[in-house]
Amino acid sequence: MRITPIFCALLLGATATVSAATAQTGITVAVQLEPPNLDPTSGAAGAIDTVLYSNVFEGLTRFAADGSVVPGLAESWDISDDGLEYTFHLRDGVTFHDATVMDAEDVKFSLDRARGDDSTNAQKGLFASIASVDVVDPLTVKVTLSEPTGSFLFNMAWGDAVIVAPESIEGNANNPIGTGAFKFANWVQGDRIELIRNPDYWGTPAPLETATFRFIADPTAAFAAVMAEDVDAFFGFPAPENIPQFQADPRFQVIIGNTEGETILAMNNKTAPFDNVKVREAVAHAIDRQAIINGAMFGQGTPIGTHFAPHHPAYVDLTGLSDFDPEKSKALLAEAGLADGFTTTLKLPPPSYARRGGEIIASQLRAVGITAEIENQEWAQWLETTFKGKDFGLTIVSHTEPMDIGIYADPDYYFQYGRPEFVAIMDELNATTDDAARTELLQQAQTMIAEDYVNVYLFELAFPTVAKVGLTGLWENQPTQAVDLTGVSWGK
Amino acid sequence: MPSLRGMGYFIDSFTVTACVIPRHRLRGDEPPCSIRKPTGQAAMIRYVLSRLTSLAISLIVASLVIFLVVEVAPGDPASYMLGVNARPDTVAALRIELGLDASKPQRYLSWVSGMVTGDFGTSYTYRSPVADMIGDRLWISLPLALYALALSTLIAFPAGIYAASRRGGAGDTAVMGATQLGIAIPNFWFAMLMVLVFAIKLRWFSAGGFPGWERGFWGGIKALTLPAVALALPQAAILARIMRSSLLDMLGEDFIRTARAKGLSRRQALWRHALRNALIPVLTIIGLQFSFLLAGAIIIEQVFFLPGLGRLVFQSISQRDLIVVESVVMLLVFAVITVNFIVDLAYAAVDPRLRTGR
Repeated sequence: MRITPIFCALLLGATATVSAATAQTGITVAVQLEPPNLDPTSGAAGAIDTVLYSNVFEGLTRFAADGSVVPGLAESWDISDDGLEYTFHLRDGVTFHDATVMDAEDVKFSLDRARGDDSTNAQKGLFASIASVDVVDPLTVKVTLSEPTGSFLFNMAWGDAVIVAPESIEGNANNPIGTGAFKFANWVQGDRIELIRNPDYWGTPAPLETATFRFIADPTAAFAAVMAEDVDAFFGFPAPENIPQFQADPRFQVIIGNTEGETILAMNNKTAPFDNVKVREAVAHAIDRQAIINGAMFGQGTPIGTHFAPHHPAYVDLTGLSDFDPEKSKALLAEAGLADGFTTTLKLPPPSYARRGGEIIASQLRAVGITAEIENQEWAQWLETTFKGKDFGLTIVSHTEPMDIGIYADPDYYFQYGRPEFVAIMDELNATTDDAARTELLQQAQTMIAEDYVNVYLFELAFPTVAKVGLTGLWENQPTQAVDLTGVSWGK
Repeated sequence: MPSLRGMGYFIDSFTVTACVIPRHRLRGDEPPCSIRKPTGQAAMIRYVLSRLTSLAISLIVASLVIFLVVEVAPGDPASYMLGVNARPDTVAALRIELGLDASKPQRYLSWVSGMVTGDFGTSYTYRSPVADMIGDRLWISLPLALYALALSTLIAFPAGIYAASRRGGAGDTAVMGATQLGIAIPNFWFAMLMVLVFAIKLRWFSAGGFPGWERGFWGGIKALTLPAVALALPQAAILARIMRSSLLDMLGEDFIRTARAKGLSRRQALWRHALRNALIPVLTIIGLQFSFLLAGAIIIEQVFFLPGLGRLVFQSISQRDLIVVESVVMLLVFAVITVNFIVDLAYAAVDPRLRTGR
């Protein structure tokens, strides 16, 4: 289903079409995946946040374009000395899109609903430490925690923690009512979602009057839609092989941003032979990261040596611990009593980083004597058998949640690490609010999982955006999965 | 999208196994009325009744097979929706909310009884009524299938008749060569070629998508034109070949020789006597093609990002939206079986021997 760029270039020849220069107040953007429903507080699909985060829904705090956590619906907050009481001061005059007022009751409702027994919030863990939520007055909410949680304000910035209203919650799946700078207007399922500017927005109004999200899953169709200028921008452009062509075309700007997606070759730490750290280290040294980035991702992606985003200030470069060294790998296998190598499974979910990367990894492993039998799986199947059933030797997946090193503390998580010393670091991190101390602990954690070779850390997933020249205010990086259009405009 | 083509075959095999095709219909050489029939009206009624019975049995068997196949596939819709960070209690809560905690026979019965009353249930992932979703998508898939079928018939009939009337000549060779090419070229490749030429280079059409019928009839037709052409060409090629060979078979029959002996020219005999008789195998193929166009446009819908039925099934399968998959596939089976039933009735219209039982 692909056309080579050369072929396209031949057919296109020297296309130089100038689009009519009219003052534009609307935008049509494309993303690959359509949200299954429009309620970010129930359902994990990143596509829900992609369309609605910040545009339609807002939380107490929010992620800024650079990944920092800034005030959202809460103007400011006070934290008690023991780190257990957060008093949020809400902005005055905020209304939902159905004209109901956003106040402390809505905040209490949203948080209680997310942490309740019958909650279907995909990130219920974000709310785990909340002991109670109390309304002090209409613009003040006091959240009491059962234990200090250093990442609490960060947690409240997630798309899963946005503030919803009890009046509209039932309909949010198909008619989302939030407080954001855009209002939901229309959803043609399978094709597009239309947003219009919210004239009553509490903050800086959006420069764009209308914004349409279109959903184009196929890479070839994505290429055609951008080239034909059917869409003004494509966020997360799915065909990296076509990027150079856009870079050379004066009609377009290409932004290669970072995501929070640590792409890893995960190993089943509880089953033989991966329960032996020597074998895990051998696998790590057998992998040539740059070859995978070049071969599978067409050069896009930053090598990582641990499960942490390289653009984060606390990142430690540990790639040297697992440098490409097949001889060392063979020696380690011999030490582990597997001089003749072994056979294992490599389960691959659908994204191209896994499917293309998997082929390269299998051949790199073969070079040191490890036979990895590739099995392609659909997402639902991967979740059921590999992730939940833990029926795998190796698998490739990108962990796209921000700051998710905590998953290594859970011994039941699919790669099954959970070393007690690591759990202790995480517990201490949770109880720490001081930035310098947190950085220190995060670095200890990164180093521990790298030295234990829990997984092979491959690269940080890149986020390519192709947009028409003239569009300004686009997010470069993806601190959370979001296409925030509230600051986007057609500059001249 | 490596799994895409497999999907096409999956749906296709469904439609093919689901329709019960009497063997004689696939062979053009045998008159369809060779089955012995009693007299007149009674024969016609018995014929219709027997077709109706096989229609009902096919539907019941199909519903069972669809339910079992979809339920057996690994993957839980609730886990899929909640993703990798979900806690077990959250997944359990969602399973209860979606009604997935009921036993399989219970769910089968409520699904079937719901469908009989027109209630297709609520989609797990989209959280909206399945009937509405299918209705929306049908407004694209059905016009697209009809458009493609009309194009294919418009191309195939003249081409087939022309080739048959010029048998062995340069015209015949040219038409046959073109159809060979039409069958050989995969429709999605041809579709991408058309996008490059007409959407990117010439800018006559947009590269895909559908504006919606409410924004004007011609806009909708325009958006469906490239997909319809891509779908129609291979079908037209097949149909033209069937038309030609069926006509040539008829031209060799005794009754044509009689007509020629009475003084008709070859062309007159073709138009007046052979054409009508040659239509039976052609109708069979048109019926099968319509079913294929309705259900098998998944790849084309993906290339042109059209929100049609095929894309709905494709999305629903990957999201394990079981109830949508079951209902859409069931609907397609129903459509195929109904089309076959109509084709059976059309035989009777074309072939007077079936009506009179002579």
